[in-house]
Amino acid sequence: MASWYMVTLIGKDQPGIVSRITAELFKGGCNLGEASMIRLGVNFTIMLMAEFNGSAQALTTLMTPVTNELGLHLHLDSIDGKLHQHETMDVSITVYGADRAGIVADVTKELAQAGLNILELESSVGGTEEKPIYIMQIDGHATQGVALIEKAVEVIKKSGIDVGLNITDVMIG
Amino acid sequence: MPLLEILTYPDPGLKRASKVMDTFDDQLREFITLLERTMRAGPGGVGIAAPQVGRFERIAIVDVSAKKKVTSHGRLVLINPQITHWEGTVVGREGCMSVPDYTGNVIRAETITVQAFDENGGQHEYQCTGYEARAIQHEVDHLDGLLFLDRLVSHKNDLFRRKKYK
Ligand SMILES: [Zn+2]
Repeated sequence: MASWYMVTLIGKDQPGIVSRITAELFKGGCNLGEASMIRLGVNFTIMLMAEFNGSAQALTTLMTPVTNELGLHLHLDSIDGKLHQHETMDVSITVYGADRAGIVADVTKELAQAGLNILELESSVGGTEEKPIYIMQIDGHATQGVALIEKAVEVIKKSGIDVGLNITDVMIG
Repeated sequence: MPLLEILTYPDPGLKRASKVMDTFDDQLREFITLLERTMRAGPGGVGIAAPQVGRFERIAIVDVSAKKKVTSHGRLVLINPQITHWEGTVVGREGCMSVPDYTGNVIRAETITVQAFDENGGQHEYQCTGYEARAIQHEVDHLDGLLFLDRLVSHKNDLFRRKKYK
């Protein structure tokens, strides 16, 4: 019986990684689910859901030649597939400021207390080496209503962090 | 009265362009009643287009009046709709009854002028903005065989554009 795995790959970025990896998985009979690939600094990172008719050991064996060749570190976890159970995002929050320790923790703590379930978080460090700036975007679901998130954003603002809130009303037609 | 069945992607009908309507009769009005009921039965549905139920004629319904803080014209029956003017652009999130369990960001005109006939053949012109304008553009796309999937933009696109500072 086929099982779902979360395949995590990390390594130095180079052109063609995604196509090489996915071709290998396809040849090995994997069915791919959702995936997220992002370059963090100069590092290539991808997490992808793969449905595979075999053990984690067999999937590792299948992938080892290509991951070795590309110099990627491979990590596998057995997971529930559970596709088609997305939560609807209804708020997105943008935070930016001078890079400083604790900014992610401070912001997300306030938002978590207001009932935010984070669905996607992405942050970048821009600016220069001397003057870095930190930019973070969070998409989430306000499980206890948008009003509480609005309050939390006000609190974050008062602490001196530049933060913007956008309430997303999905148009379904 | 039963609801109409909604075609879902990859049904090829969703890629088909619809025909211009030239008669406004009881049969049309009956269909519109059913189409509207089908739209309202969908969770959160604020618009529907005839090709979504397999009828390839230029008929759409939009009603965003249930949404709070949204300016609207109420229930709009749009037959042979034509957008004659576009202004501004805005990114917003869309979903579709024909594409279950997926939402994505799409750029639309912020303000539009649309001309259309109603179910009795009366001619109208509406100035629409924001959410309502988005819904109309989404439905007119259906009449041309286009889905919001054809217009997706990267979520990074809206990083600064969508931000609202007070
Ligand atoms: Zn649609």
